[in-house]
Amino acid sequence: MDNLTNYLLVSAVLFTLGLYGVVTRRNGVAVLMGVELILNAANVNFLAFARFGGNNMAGHVYALFVIVLAAAEAAVALAIIINIFNNFNTINIDDVSELKQ
Amino acid sequence: MAETVFWIIVGITVGSAFMVVQSKSLLYSAYALLFTFVGVTGLYIFLWADFLAVVQIVVYIGGILILIIFGIMLTNKITSVNISHTSMQKSVGAIVVLGLIGVLGYMVLKTPWIVLANSEPAETTKAIGRLLMMEYLLPFEAASLLLLGALIGATTLSRKEN
Repeated sequence: MDNLTNYLLVSAVLFTLGLYGVVTRRNGVAVLMGVELILNAANVNFLAFARFGGNNMAGHVYALFVIVLAAAEAAVALAIIINIFNNFNTINIDDVSELKQ
Repeated sequence: MAETVFWIIVGITVGSAFMVVQSKSLLYSAYALLFTFVGVTGLYIFLWADFLAVVQIVVYIGGILILIIFGIMLTNKITSVNISHTSMQKSVGAIVVLGLIGVLGYMVLKTPWIVLANSEPAETTKAIGRLLMMEYLLPFEAASLLLLGALIGATTLSRKEN
């Protein structure tokens, strides 16, 4: 637990699981969940390096900015997904291949 | 004791993250994401980031997860019982991802990380506030502008046209 590599490995596993979700899921909301996993993995990395780099607070500030970006991204992505659903009646992102309906 | 708790939290995080990408039901994925966020919060506490742990609970579980569940509810007919979603090209994705985790794990284990000696868990809220108001004032303002833009943009996008 007092070991940098443990945190980095957990973060790497979270990142790859999120990437797996992004590349295999075809539902827009599920892809968004994968992106959230990836952002969380990045945050764990930031905080791990902040703690084991002599309790450096800059890492905390960066993690805070990542959380802010994730919130903005989730709001806009869900607005887009709901618009796609209204226009195409599906959120399978493979079926949404036309610019104009 | 703390070691055991740490590994339990790691187990919850990784296991529920696996559920998120593996579950057939979209709602089960969303609920598994809740446990992933809680587990990551636990990791933050182990990393002495108390302020960010609270922010994680408030923003991710109180905000983003609720938004995601709203998105699921709004994009499915409420009468259709099985809100299912399929995965495509699982085997290819699994091969790529296993290769990536191999490379990442090798890199993490082989790199001689320099670990600075750190003393004690210090209070973070004061230091974060000080940094936000001094060194990171411009990014802070840019982030607030971005949030405003996202707010207006999301409202405009999801508004009914007439």
